[in-house]
Amino acid sequence: MKRTGEIIIEKILALCGLVTVLTTAGIIWVLFSESWGFFKIVPLRDFLFDTEWTPLFSEKRYGILPLLAGTFLTTAIAVITAVPLGITIAVYLSEYANRGFRNRIKPVLELLAAVPTVVYGFFALTVVTPFLQSIIPGVGSFNALSAGLVMGVMIIPVISSLSEDALTAVPKSLREASYGMGATRFQTAFKVVVPAAASGIMVSVILGLARAVGETMVVAIAAGQQPNLTFDPRQGVETITAYIVQVSLGDVPHQSLEYKTIFAAGITLFFFTFLLNNVSFWLKKKYQERYE
Amino acid sequence: MSNIRTNRLLDSMFKYVGIACTLLAIGVLAIFLGDILIQGIRRIDWSFLTSLPSRRAERAGILPAWTGTAWILGLTAIIAIPLGISAGSYLQEYGTKNRLAYIIELNIANLAGVPSIIYGLLGLQVFVRLFAFGGSLLAGAFTLSLLILPVIIVATREALKAVPNSLREASYGMGATKWQTTWLQVLPAASGGILTGIILALSRAIGETAPLIVIGALAYVPFVADSPMDEFTVLPIQIFNWVSRPQAAFLVNAAAAIIILLGITFVMNGIAIYLRNRWQKKISW
Amino acid sequence: MKPIEAKNVNVFYGENHVLKDISLTIKENTVTAFIGPSGCGKSTFLRTLNRMNDYIESFRKKGKVYINGKEIYDKDVRVEDLRRKVGMVFQKPNPFPKTIYENVAYGLKIHGMKDKAEIDARVEKSLKQAVLWSEVKDKLDKPALSLSGGQQQRLCIARTLAVKPTIILMDEPASALDPLSTAKIEELIHELKEKYTIVIVTHNMQQAARVSDRTAFFYLGELVEYDKTSVIFTHPSNKQTENYITGRFG
Repeated sequence: MKRTGEIIIEKILALCGLVTVLTTAGIIWVLFSESWGFFKIVPLRDFLFDTEWTPLFSEKRYGILPLLAGTFLTTAIAVITAVPLGITIAVYLSEYANRGFRNRIKPVLELLAAVPTVVYGFFALTVVTPFLQSIIPGVGSFNALSAGLVMGVMIIPVISSLSEDALTAVPKSLREASYGMGATRFQTAFKVVVPAAASGIMVSVILGLARAVGETMVVAIAAGQQPNLTFDPRQGVETITAYIVQVSLGDVPHQSLEYKTIFAAGITLFFFTFLLNNVSFWLKKKYQERYE
Repeated sequence: MSNIRTNRLLDSMFKYVGIACTLLAIGVLAIFLGDILIQGIRRIDWSFLTSLPSRRAERAGILPAWTGTAWILGLTAIIAIPLGISAGSYLQEYGTKNRLAYIIELNIANLAGVPSIIYGLLGLQVFVRLFAFGGSLLAGAFTLSLLILPVIIVATREALKAVPNSLREASYGMGATKWQTTWLQVLPAASGGILTGIILALSRAIGETAPLIVIGALAYVPFVADSPMDEFTVLPIQIFNWVSRPQAAFLVNAAAAIIILLGITFVMNGIAIYLRNRWQKKISW
Repeated sequence: MKPIEAKNVNVFYGENHVLKDISLTIKENTVTAFIGPSGCGKSTFLRTLNRMNDYIESFRKKGKVYINGKEIYDKDVRVEDLRRKVGMVFQKPNPFPKTIYENVAYGLKIHGMKDKAEIDARVEKSLKQAVLWSEVKDKLDKPALSLSGGQQQRLCIARTLAVKPTIILMDEPASALDPLSTAKIEELIHELKEKYTIVIVTHNMQQAARVSDRTAFFYLGELVEYDKTSVIFTHPSNKQTENYITGRFG
């Protein structure tokens, strides 16, 4: 009977969808179970508060702070670079530019987003670092600034494209009301449209931030592989992600504590990006309610 | 009280600031690409494309790397495309209001924000160790498939949403079942949009480095993989490996390999965008 | 055994009571027109006859609908078989975005026909019945969407005919067409009546008068009057019917 055929097909299709649920479950299981093994040996207090991370050295310390500092420093630089540029571009494209210009620029910005991150890393190491070294004293051959700047350029499309969507979603009537009162485009843009699109723009910033936090290759190549608790961008630092790569490249036996450190690092990373993403969902929901 | 002249000044200044920022972003891209081209273009020749890596930069080539990329592309496509289209069809055509669909959608939204390296950790425990695939092409392909699955699912859904309901009505009105309607009418009508999404997803997959490093793709692979269970390397990892060497000659190699990788990426993205434009014109019936 | 028999049919969309206690019987090889102002339920009732309302979430039905003697909302009814026997033509022509040939062949394929010669023969026959064959016989492999609106609608009729229904439901089939195409469709209906039972929803009263044997007047979800067309349009029993016919409200 064809009826059963239809039901079987529906179940198969549903199962394919379930793969995503299994993926999430898998990620959570993997991170938690291996970290559990790690935290049975390393006390949580040491992990959170120790200022040195040397699991691969003879004197082993397991404080996550240096890696957190590395992630934080590079991410901060990236966000400081990308947010003003990204939002300016978004405002320009949505409020000023004509359709022809917009249609030609948007594919190029998409291209920026399509470049593999390892290529950005190459550029950071071979062009940006020497350039910085020539204009700023004390910049190391691995440094957070170079990686941060390049990551910033990399996430501009995230911020500009989502912000632009948020800006164009603001109803035309608001702009017309403002222009009708004699306001300039600049005033309308920044006093009316941007505030109206504020939560959408914030979502774009948070997502850009999350992207930078999770980025691996740019920092692995240009920021360095030495954990370093510092806020000086001229120094080399190691991020959580770069550490995981470092261990994976080496020969670390599977049952060892060193191996489990990548999961402890991973779960920390997951925690932050999960938080950021859910804040952005919550914001998006609030923002949608406004227009309905 | 703001002054009218100040306002006008700010307005025209911002216009230039806006253009400047936009051009800055594009200019930086142009500098990147220009620099890489200058550094690497002369290194590309037949022997570069067909040699194995070597400790001597002049003799090193990208044969294992690009064949690895081709393998990964093929295997990931085989795994992710049917899974993604099926899941997307389920969500859009079958499950629009039920609880299962809601849970799946929630998961997709969350997975989109998970850094790719975490997929690497997942792949390491599940495919490399639990399923005992080892650090093989198969483990890599499964890992990347999970990574790009949400992208394909969303693209499928959007493409299906764009198909007008009158098509489904016409098909049901003739006594077609839901699956017949979906498989024979709706999916074909949505195929342009779906294809675009797939190509963009695969283009992203071949640029991924971190998850493959974590699952054990090797940095130094002096052989060409010839089965899915083989160990492997891919272009981005080869690039990473060369970038990490101190000798300047390896940086030239890296630049050359980047040109090849970017070439593939841009061609794929270009095809996707072209398809998207053609398809969008077609569906305005 | 009557082709269509409705007994006390009530339809609800959620809390909305859209069809109130409809009972009527339609005889074989007749053309019946459903008329009435917009929103009075005539399309809803039409769609109840081939269960196209099943796709609306809030749809609920009470009462019975018999097609060829069988209650179509019974659990053991295969809705796909029902729709083969009760075909539907929609208001806006909706040919599939495929070739002309494939449009007509689609119904045959989904109901299991495999032999190419048989399919070819059926396609030709259906296109001839829909008075479209001479216009398309040399371009069967061209896209259906390249045809004019009137031709597309006749194509939709042809594909419905291909699966050999006994009843054809038409939901305002000519309202999106120009007068010339409308005339062709009406002629077609006249010819098809010999073999099929036809129900047509129309908001065009002149069309109803031209084309149908019997007419049912719906108003606010109720079946106000159902009689021979000549009676409805010359001396209707019900005052509301008369008001509608004479244009006092529309």
